[in-house]
Amino acid sequence: MSKIEVPVMADLAAQGKKPEYLYWVGCAGAFDDRYQKVTRSFTKILNHCKVDYAVLGKEESCTGDPAKRAGNEMLFQMQALQNIEVLNGYEVKKIVCTCPHCYNILKNEYGELGGNYEVVHYTTFLENLMDEGKLNVEKSSFKNKKVTYHDPCYLGRGNKIYDAPRNLIKTMDVDLVEMKRSKSKALCCGAGGAQMFKEAEKGDKEIYEERTEDVLESKAEIVATACPFCMTMLTDGIKFKDKQEEVKNLDIAEMIADSLGL
Amino acid sequence: MTKQIVFAVTLLITLGVFAFTLKRLIALFRLTKPAEPLGHWGERIKLTLKVAFGQTKILRKPVIGLIHALVFWGFLVITVGSIEMVNDGLTGKERSLADLGGFYDFISASGDVFAYIVGIGIVIFLIRRLFLHIKRFYGKELTKKNKMDANFALLLILLLMISLAGMNIYYVAGNHGELAGIYPVSSHIAGNVTPSHFMHEFFWWMHILLIFFFANYLPYSKHFHVFLSIPNVFISNLKPLTRLPNIESVTKEVKLMLSGNAFQETGNEAPARFGVKDVEDVTWINYFNSLTCTQCGRCTEVCPANITGKALSPRKIFVDLRNRMNEKGLKMIKDKKYDDGKSLVNDHISYEELWACTTCNACAQECPLNISHPNLIMDMRRFLVLEEGRAPTGINSMFANIENNGAPWQYSPEDRLLWTEL
Repeated sequence: MSKIEVPVMADLAAQGKKPEYLYWVGCAGAFDDRYQKVTRSFTKILNHCKVDYAVLGKEESCTGDPAKRAGNEMLFQMQALQNIEVLNGYEVKKIVCTCPHCYNILKNEYGELGGNYEVVHYTTFLENLMDEGKLNVEKSSFKNKKVTYHDPCYLGRGNKIYDAPRNLIKTMDVDLVEMKRSKSKALCCGAGGAQMFKEAEKGDKEIYEERTEDVLESKAEIVATACPFCMTMLTDGIKFKDKQEEVKNLDIAEMIADSLGL
Repeated sequence: MTKQIVFAVTLLITLGVFAFTLKRLIALFRLTKPAEPLGHWGERIKLTLKVAFGQTKILRKPVIGLIHALVFWGFLVITVGSIEMVNDGLTGKERSLADLGGFYDFISASGDVFAYIVGIGIVIFLIRRLFLHIKRFYGKELTKKNKMDANFALLLILLLMISLAGMNIYYVAGNHGELAGIYPVSSHIAGNVTPSHFMHEFFWWMHILLIFFFANYLPYSKHFHVFLSIPNVFISNLKPLTRLPNIESVTKEVKLMLSGNAFQETGNEAPARFGVKDVEDVTWINYFNSLTCTQCGRCTEVCPANITGKALSPRKIFVDLRNRMNEKGLKMIKDKKYDDGKSLVNDHISYEELWACTTCNACAQECPLNISHPNLIMDMRRFLVLEEGRAPTGINSMFANIENNGAPWQYSPEDRLLWTEL
């Protein structure tokens, strides 16, 4: 792979430029081996659609979501107030996030601390680009494939975004099938609420196993996700069940970038 | 006249007992903390019309939901009839609202039809509870007493409907030609009974006395939701489900720390406890939720932790809160400093339960009365972490990583753009 040109906020500021959007990459977006591919895909789409954006790069820091969900309000607010200082310093108005956890906390919990932004999740953002005619998937790489979509809790139940991801998937001429538990009844992947960073409590099975069984039951060839933590869990679940040949886990951004030949 | 006096005395006793219960409840609510201000009244009215009166969330299970909705709607019209009965009892009149004309026809007719529908619904509920094994009606938080309470409340409602129907049947049978109101079902049955003033009086008294008893039983039962469900929906969370309110007192401290004045005098405020340890730390809405909870188990049924065999049951959090309030709160009313050496967190709700929550909000989504379980669970985690410093190893490493390098994993901020050059 090659280097992608990604505008960085500090560089633009030095040139006196203020991009329309800040792309909040998130920690998983920056560091998770698998999810880095999603970050790359999304920025390729942004570049392809000539979106006026930038990332914070080295100035980005954890939103504090896992700390807050794990009860450490002190650490969360330290992170939040420092991030807000950086964001307000650049006079950021609009933020687009790939991670639903970053999206939820920036949108719903930063406001009271002085961080008021228009925050969108990338699925809504791309859907808008399509509606405006700036993004057209003419040749799908996934034509007629059987695809199912796993709703991330922080996107679906949390913020009622059910249609945008599905509409994006449908533009790729796939056979979209629903799992038995979907939309507001979707089962969690097991990673939220800081579970990602700890061992599961004693029980009969792992939550990701239970969810992977839903995926397998749908007979889909691809399970599409829109969250880095869901991706980790479902990819692990598919490996655990030894079904890598039957079903693949891709992020919607990867599917679109692939279809666009990016 | 004797009937009126007897009735007035019974009513006074009923209201007296109810006033005692209310006084006790107010004292318990006084122990709790303020919640976020309500506001958004228009939005709240709309939500109440939809979720409480429209029963939209109970209807997420269409079949059993519809039976519940019919029982609920039935209660609404039958209540108008009950108000009439109180008026009749005090004034010595019969069917005193009959002057309302067309509206009375509507109320009496729907009340009569619903008496039978509710009765049938309750029989179905009883069969379900007694003979079918429905998983969500079981769980370690549901004791024998809880199950008896459920069945007893259903039995009371069944008797209420039988007495209402009996009263209507004998009213129609004894008043041919000059009926006030319309009784579509009872008038069909009335032809088959011998008119009897005694039987009419018997069912009348049976019905009103059952109402008086029921009203005073409810506040001590899981069926308190008959009174509290509508207001509970009205005060419920309007914000996105995954929004967790910030702790304001922490903001002040963090701002001081960031400005380098960590040790500055912050005034004479007594240091508040962070998070929830016991009943005095919950908000009044949390306690209201616990009184409203009907223990239906729709929350626990969809909880991913519970489904995969973990100790967490979202329903248990609220059942425990209500029990603990009875255990500790009632003593605290008499002695503000009462301490039995136990607490809600740790003695009732374990560390293991609290750390099993994924905050997926499936529980809050399914709760027919809009209770938010995850936010209370996280308030309890806040106590564990900020006051007791107790968190799983992985969580402590995550905290350390965020503190040291601004990411939950051990990566340097310098490497935040490496993904661009893979």
